[in-house]
Amino acid sequence: MEKTWNNKAWFFVTPVLVLVAISAVIPLMTVVNYAFQDTFGNNAFFWAGTSWFEEVLTSERFHSALVRNLIFSGIILAIEVPLGILVALAMPRKGFWVPVCLVLMALPLLIPWNVVGTIWQVFARTDIGLLGATVSGLGIDYNYVQNPLDAWITVVVMDVWHWTSLVVLLCYAGLVSIPDAYYQAAKIDGASRWAVFRYIQLPKMGRVLLIAVLLRFMDSFMIYTEPFVVTGGGPGNSTTFLSIDLVKLAIGQFNLGEAAAMSLIYFLIILTLSYVFYTVMTNVGVEKPQKGGDA
Amino acid sequence: MTATDVRLADEGSANTDLVRSEDALKARARQKAGGFKPKALIPILYIIFLLLPIYWLVNMSFKTNQEILSGATLIPNDPTLRNYQVIFNDPSWYMGYVDSLIYVLMNMVISVAVALPAAYAFSRYKFLGDKHLFFWLLTNRMAPPAVFALPFFQLYSAFGLIDTHIAVALAHCLFNVPLAVWILEGFMSGVPKEIDETAYIDGYSFPKFFFKIFTPLIASGIGVAAFFCFMFSWVELLLARTLTVTDAKPISAIMTRTVSASGLDWGVLAAAGALTIIPGAIVIWFVRNYIAKGFALGRV
Amino acid sequence: MARIRLDHIRHAYTPELARAGNFALNNIDTAFEDGGAYALLGPSGCGKTTLLNIISGLLTPSEGHVYFDRTDVTLLTPEARNIAQVFQFPVIYDTMTVAENLAFPLKNRKVEAREIERRVADMLKRIGLADKAGRKARGLTADEKQKISLGRGLVRSDVNAILFDEPLTVIDPHMKWQLRSELKQLHREFEMTMVYVTHDQTEALTFADKVVVMYDGEVVQIGTPEELFERPQHTFVGYFIGSPGMNVLPCRIEGGEAIVAGERVALPGHSGERRSEKTELGIRPEFVGVVERGQPGAMPVTIEKVEDIGSERIVRARLGGERVTAIVREGASVPGDAAVTFDPNALNLYENSRLVARSGGAA
Repeated sequence: MEKTWNNKAWFFVTPVLVLVAISAVIPLMTVVNYAFQDTFGNNAFFWAGTSWFEEVLTSERFHSALVRNLIFSGIILAIEVPLGILVALAMPRKGFWVPVCLVLMALPLLIPWNVVGTIWQVFARTDIGLLGATVSGLGIDYNYVQNPLDAWITVVVMDVWHWTSLVVLLCYAGLVSIPDAYYQAAKIDGASRWAVFRYIQLPKMGRVLLIAVLLRFMDSFMIYTEPFVVTGGGPGNSTTFLSIDLVKLAIGQFNLGEAAAMSLIYFLIILTLSYVFYTVMTNVGVEKPQKGGDA
Repeated sequence: MTATDVRLADEGSANTDLVRSEDALKARARQKAGGFKPKALIPILYIIFLLLPIYWLVNMSFKTNQEILSGATLIPNDPTLRNYQVIFNDPSWYMGYVDSLIYVLMNMVISVAVALPAAYAFSRYKFLGDKHLFFWLLTNRMAPPAVFALPFFQLYSAFGLIDTHIAVALAHCLFNVPLAVWILEGFMSGVPKEIDETAYIDGYSFPKFFFKIFTPLIASGIGVAAFFCFMFSWVELLLARTLTVTDAKPISAIMTRTVSASGLDWGVLAAAGALTIIPGAIVIWFVRNYIAKGFALGRV
Repeated sequence: MARIRLDHIRHAYTPELARAGNFALNNIDTAFEDGGAYALLGPSGCGKTTLLNIISGLLTPSEGHVYFDRTDVTLLTPEARNIAQVFQFPVIYDTMTVAENLAFPLKNRKVEAREIERRVADMLKRIGLADKAGRKARGLTADEKQKISLGRGLVRSDVNAILFDEPLTVIDPHMKWQLRSELKQLHREFEMTMVYVTHDQTEALTFADKVVVMYDGEVVQIGTPEELFERPQHTFVGYFIGSPGMNVLPCRIEGGEAIVAGERVALPGHSGERRSEKTELGIRPEFVGVVERGQPGAMPVTIEKVEDIGSERIVRARLGGERVTAIVREGASVPGDAAVTFDPNALNLYENSRLVARSGGAA
C-alpha cells in the first residue's frame, strides 16, 4: 500500500509511547542503574564501571545457562517445527471438524504457564501420574526429579505439548491461503505429493513459518515458569535456563548488580535476534506489489 | 427435437459399443459415501496427546486425595466434588479467579485502546522514525519478563501500586501493547486506503470515519487482538506474582502457594488448575474462525 | 490426442444438493472431436468450469461417463488422463526459474533430459520468454506468469487435450489478441483437441471452430459462429450471441401467422396451430427495418432512443408493450413517425425457448 508522509501520525502513536515508557523504559533505566553500580546496603551506591559485566561474561554459571538454553531452543525447534507442519498438512481444510480441531489444538496455549507446569509435574510422576506410571510400568527407570536426562525429556515433551499448536495454527493459516488452482495445476502437471509440498506448500508457508520459528525461538529463550514449576531448575542445575538463573540471582541471592548486568546482556542477545526477526519479516514479501499482482 | 439433439443422438448410437467400467463406478459410489482417511490419524493422535494430560488433571480433580495417592486410576472410583467445594467456599481461593479476570480485562481494554490509533498510524502513514519505533515496540514483546520483574517491583512500590490490579495490567502492557499494535496493523493494512479517502470526500470527520466506518471493518482484527491480550495476560505468572501480595493475587499464584503450604492437597490443586482452563476455552470458542489468521498476526 | 465424449453427465457438488435436484450440470451429452478447437461459452455460473474440470478429471461427475476415444476415463486422475489445463489466474511455481517451471510437467513424467531441454527451449521461444529463462518466476508480471502457465500446458505435445479456463482474464487487452493468435497457431501446428472456456463471445467466436453455448447447467447449442448467429436454437443463444442480442417477442400463432403485440407477422412455410404456453418470435436487429408508417406490412412503433456506434446506428423502439431493437446503416434516416418491418427470411419461432421453426429452412 502507498503510504503518505505525515508527521502528525506521531499524535496517534503518543499513547503507546507514554504507556510503553512507563512499562519498559523506566524499569530498564533502573536495571542500567544497578548494572553500573555497587552497594554495601543503606542505599549508598558507588560507580562500579563494567566490573559486573566482566563478572557475568566470565562466569561459568552464565555460560552453562546460556549453552543449556541454546540447546533447549535447538531441540524444541527441531521437534516442534516439523511436527507442526506435519499436523497442519494432515488437518481437514473445510467442514465441521475444522473449528473443533482448531479449538482443541489451541487449548494448551491458553492454560496459565504454571498450570502447564503443574499438569506435567503431576502427569509425569511415577506414583500418581498417568505418563510416569505407564513408563515405569513398562520397566523403564524414569524419574525426572533425580535423573537429569529424564528431567530434560520431561521439560522438552512439556514444551512440545504446550507450543507445537502455535506452529500448527500458523502453518495452517498459511496453507488455507493457497488458492485451489495451485493444487489443481499440480495434479495436471503430474506432481508427486512431495513435489506439491516442496514447490507449492512450503514456499507459500514460508512467511508464517518464519514467524513460527522466530516466535518459538524467542519464547523458548525466555522460558521460565513451566520448567521452574516442574523441576525448579534441577536436578542440580541441569534445567536451569537463563531466566531461571536470572531470577535466582536477583531474588534468591539478591545479587542486584550482577543480576542487572546479566539482564542487560540477556536483553541484548534477544535484541539482536529481534533485529534479525524484524529485518527478515519486513523484507519478505517486499516484492509482492507486482504489476497485476499475484493470484 | 433441435438440430443439436439430433446430431447428438446419432453419436450416441455410434457409441453403444463403448466399454463402461461398472466396477469403477461402484468405486465412485464408495468414494462419494466418504470414509476414513488414514491421513486423519495424525491430527487425531496429536489431539489425543494434547488432551491426555488435561484429562488427567480433570480426572484427578474429581478424586479424593486417598485415591490419588493410592495409584493411577483412569476414572475416579469414588467421584467427589469436595475439591471444587473447597475452592468455591473459600474467598481466598475463588477471589483469585476474580482478581485474575479483573487485571486481564483491564489490560485487554488498555492495550487495544492505545494500540488502535498507533496501528492506524503505522498502517497508513510514513513519519519520522516510524521504522525504528515499530522495531523498538517489537523488542518489548521480545523482552524476557524475568529482566523486568525486579525493576517493576521497585517502580510500583515507589508509587504505592503494589498489590493492585492496575499494576499487573500495566505491567502486562509491556508485551501486549506491541502485540496488539502488530496484529491490528496487519489487519488494517488489509483495508484499502481508498475507503479512507472516499469517507473524507463524503465529508466524514476523522473521528466519525474512524469509529463509524473503519472500526467495523477491522472488527475481527480487534477481536483477535483482544483475544491475544487476554491469552498472554491470563497465562503470565512471573510478573503477576511479583507485583501482588494478597488483594490482587492471581489464581495461578494462589495455587502455587497453597501447594507448598498445605502439604500437597493434590485434589484441590487439580480442581484449581482445571478451573483455570475454562476461561481460555470459552474465549477461544468465540474467535475460532479467526484463530488461524490471528496466530499468523493478521499477516497471511 | 483424443475424441472426448461426455455421456449423460450430471453433477451436483454435494449429495444434499443432488437430492434437492440442484445440479450444476444437468444431463450433458456431447462430444468434442479429435483435433477440434472448441469454446465453452456462457454466463457466469452456467457450469462451464465445472464441465471443464470434469473433462480434466479434477472433478468426478455424480452421474454419467467420460470417454477419451474408447476408454472410460470417468474415474481416472488428471495425471492418468494426460491432459493439460490452464487456469484463470496464473499458477506458477514461485521458487523455480522460468525454465524449470516449463520443465516441471515433463520431469514429473520422466521424460528424457535432452528431450526436456529441447522442448523447453522451443517453448521459451514461442512464449517470448527466452531471455528470462534463468530468472525466478516470482518477480514476473501477470502477463508473463500466464504465459508460463500456457507454456507448461503446451510443452507436453502428446497430450490428449488442452483445456483453457478463461486464461486471458488477467491479460492486458492488446496482449490478448497476440496470445489468442498464438494459440490458434499452435492449434494448427499440433492439431490438439482444445477446449476453451470463456464468457466473452468475441473470444469464443474468434478462437473456436465450434462454440458450445451453455446455459443453466445445460448445453443449449453447439455450432459454428455462423450457425449460432443465423440459427439460434435457444432464445438464450439469440440474445447472448450478437450485439445487441436478438429480439425475442412473445407471440400467439394463428393460421400460419404470428401475432405480436396485436400485429400480424406472416410466417412463410409455417402451417397449423401450435399449442404451447410460451411461444416467442425471434428476429435479429440486423433484419429489422425502420421505415415510415403506412408502408405495407410495417408495424408502427415509438422510437425511444437512437445510439450511434460509428459504422451503424442502433434504434431502440417500442412495439406495443414490447421492446424492439433495430440496426440501421449510418446516415440512414430514422423517421419520427416510424414503423418496423421484419425480414420474412430471418424469423425464428420458439416454443418454451427452443427453436421450432424458422423461415427459409427447417428448424
